[in-house]
Amino acid sequence: MNAPLETVEIALTVNGERIKRSVPARMNLADFLRTELELTGTHVGCEHGVCGACTVRVDGEIVRGCLMFACQADGCKVDTVEGLSDSREIEELQSAFVLTNALQCGFCTPGILMAAQALLRDLPNPTREQIREYLSGNYCRCTGYQAIVDAIEAVAKARAGRSK
Amino acid sequence: MKAPRFAYARPASVAEALALLDKHKDDARVLAGGQSLVPMLNFRVAAPKVLVDINRISALAGIKVTKSHVRIGALTRHVELERSQEIAKHLPLLASAVPHIAHPAVRNRGTLGGSCALADPAAELPACALVLGATFVLAGKKGERRVAAEDFFKGLYSTALKAGELLVAAEFPLPKPGYASAFGELARRHGDYAMVGVAAHGSKKDGLRVAFFGVGDRPEVLEADTVQGVLSKVTDLEPRADLHASAATKLHLAGVLAGRVLAQLA
Repeated sequence: MNAPLETVEIALTVNGERIKRSVPARMNLADFLRTELELTGTHVGCEHGVCGACTVRVDGEIVRGCLMFACQADGCKVDTVEGLSDSREIEELQSAFVLTNALQCGFCTPGILMAAQALLRDLPNPTREQIREYLSGNYCRCTGYQAIVDAIEAVAKARAGRSK
Repeated sequence: MKAPRFAYARPASVAEALALLDKHKDDARVLAGGQSLVPMLNFRVAAPKVLVDINRISALAGIKVTKSHVRIGALTRHVELERSQEIAKHLPLLASAVPHIAHPAVRNRGTLGGSCALADPAAELPACALVLGATFVLAGKKGERRVAAEDFFKGLYSTALKAGELLVAAEFPLPKPGYASAFGELARRHGDYAMVGVAAHGSKKDGLRVAFFGVGDRPEVLEADTVQGVLSKVTDLEPRADLHASAATKLHLAGVLAGRVLAQLA
């Protein structure tokens, strides 16, 4: 690709499914997932990378869906909260969130689940302080975070107990 | 808001990127990690006609250690610095600075070159580059040139990069034996922009170089033979008030933080 284009042809894998689309260059990845693919679990909050509600995985690493253009995901493997939910990858986290009441309105929850899953991959046995630090990029305006930290800590301990 | 309309190009090589930058001149902006540029587009603070996406230029990424320096490609992401054993071994100052940059999802995309080319006055890596004596490698139509960090950072969001030039790498000299470094910053929430930050590097024999960031248009470097010498110069800083703190508060915090950070060197 060399000549600059306002509309870009892209092919990518979203939650395991091959997708081909023609997108405006200015469309961000979060909007692409929501409007083109109707994957509305990825939420759009601040649109400048502060709130974390649009967190998705690109090639295995979490990113801000609002700070990447859909055309940049050409050739990439994208996973959203729907994919992680359907594959049961985040089943324990989801159950723990329900058990500890770690959500109220639920707007931040998909982004927090994506971040929490990444945290537990990188740091399987985090302290509460490390959980807070990792989630510093995800705003929740309902819970005060206490129950969210409880839920993630509970999952970490359950997984550690099983692997012994 | 959403980004304004632009045309998107994804060059596969530095030469292609330079040709695009040369052709579109001031209408073009380089898109690296996009963690600052995309918010600027969404806020409509920037509205380039052409975005030149350098993310697929593999020659721009990676960390290479030679006998004299560590060369870090401009596209090297913060997370790579964070996880790199070579950075931890040779440039511990960078290893301790990177976790302060925003949040994990941002560090997965943001790049060393992007941070330095933007020259945000509250950014961590420019301050580290200054005290470590890094040299930036700039590519242009006529070839490459090298610019020392102290000549690279000109002021608020302003660098020695000229229109049509691309930052391709930063070269950090390998610290000499006996050198130590320390880093710290104060922010209201972990990962927020620093209210004030301190990056220090030096040795008992050669003295200390200490950069203060978040207190001016660009990182301010103070030099002295001893920790006490640096601390006595902190009052020379002239921080400006911002949304979060008055100038007097920032000056006070700079002194407190410098004391804490430099104590790690003792």
